[in-house]
Amino acid sequence: MIASAQANGASPTPVTEAVVIGASAGAVQALARILPALPADYPLPVLVVVHVPADRDNMLVPHFAATCRIAVREAEDKEAIRAGTVYFAPSDYHMLVEPDRTISLSLDPLVHYSRPSIDVLFDSAADAYGPALAGVVLTGANDDGAAGLKAVADAGGVALAEDPATAYSPAMPRAALDACPAARSMSLDQIASFLAALGGARPS
Amino acid sequence: MDDRVEDIEIQLLLEALFQRYHYDFRNYARASIKRRLRQARDQMGFASFSALQEGLLHDPARLPRLLDYLTVQVSEMFRDPSYYRAIREKVIPHLRTYPSLKVWIAGCSEGEELYSFVIMFREEGLEKRTLFYATDINPDALDAAARGIYPLDRISAFTSNHRHSGGKSSLSDYYRADYGRAVFDKSLRDRVVFSDHSLVTDAVFAEMHLISCRNVLIYFDRKFQDRAIGLFRGSLARKGFLGLGSKESLHFSEHADAFAPFVRDEKIYQRHEQ
Repeated sequence: MIASAQANGASPTPVTEAVVIGASAGAVQALARILPALPADYPLPVLVVVHVPADRDNMLVPHFAATCRIAVREAEDKEAIRAGTVYFAPSDYHMLVEPDRTISLSLDPLVHYSRPSIDVLFDSAADAYGPALAGVVLTGANDDGAAGLKAVADAGGVALAEDPATAYSPAMPRAALDACPAARSMSLDQIASFLAALGGARPS
Repeated sequence: MDDRVEDIEIQLLLEALFQRYHYDFRNYARASIKRRLRQARDQMGFASFSALQEGLLHDPARLPRLLDYLTVQVSEMFRDPSYYRAIREKVIPHLRTYPSLKVWIAGCSEGEELYSFVIMFREEGLEKRTLFYATDINPDALDAAARGIYPLDRISAFTSNHRHSGGKSSLSDYYRADYGRAVFDKSLRDRVVFSDHSLVTDAVFAEMHLISCRNVLIYFDRKFQDRAIGLFRGSLARKGFLGLGSKESLHFSEHADAFAPFVRDEKIYQRHEQ
């Protein structure tokens, strides 16, 4: 575990090493406020699950590749997770993080009627990264991501949820905040600047 | 529960499963296997992985249920219709040139992919000269595959897939509805050999013209993936074909050089001439 001492020298604060994001209804507009705001030298990987209909071609990668300053790609099975890269889960596959920080895809059953599922990504990433993970639940109409965000917080990671008051679809961030009292509620722009500042010592 | 403790318990449980029953899940992709094991632990009524391990070691009757959690993969007939269309339009013209054919459905689970192939080969007039091998490590899944009975509510998806795959007949020609179930015609199994076989621990058993192994390799780590791909390499006849799942590829494999992409988008490869 990489840790850096806090300014006051008291307890060590883990450095965040990866970001996971989950979004459903209204995802594209919400992600458009966040992902393009990440700087070209962003030092973290960003793994993203968006609920997309299984039979639909996944247009997220070309869309965000054109608007982001960091690399954007569809996750491949068993690929090593690299810094400064956004990975989208392919439609109709779960995306998991292995303990050796490679990506696994799976066709296991739907979770919360969804594949990919946010919980599946967040649970496995919390196992792999422990406290060095930041999890973000954005707009959506179901409760996928709530248990996952709690797993992120329980492992000592940073938990964020989009402010339900301003979310396009408030149910999903609200469920996440209910399940995970440690999670902070933020506007999309606050989330964007919070994530952009991550990678060095964790902002407090 | 401390995550480290859980990881140790899982390691020990998989070791126990291997030493006691010779099922080797030690190099399965760990994140997926952990989810499945958690489900097994909770639904089989054990408080911890250690308790599950003890129960498993002392009572072989618990093994089949655990195997179901670890291996069963619910698929669809003609899942990814474009894959079957590519087999039909691009691979089958080559297969027609052989007087007899062997096709291996590796990791057939409950048989959806197998029946898709048999139906397609019947439509193309190749069934009678083909021997199909359907293998899996789970004996219960093989039994289910050999029964060929699926819930009727899954049939509309199968039917739509079949149509989009370029199917030349009606799927309803091949099954009869019976109390909420679709019972597939037993003649579809005339040319099928079902066999218990592990891609991880067993060897080459016949020379194949086509191997279809879809969405099995994603559950393996790189080491197991390479082992399985080496087995396919050793099993394929000269210029034989290998079809993988849409998110699987050979490009991380040490055997990649032995294959050439044949239909790149559908992950269909051809064995080089030797």
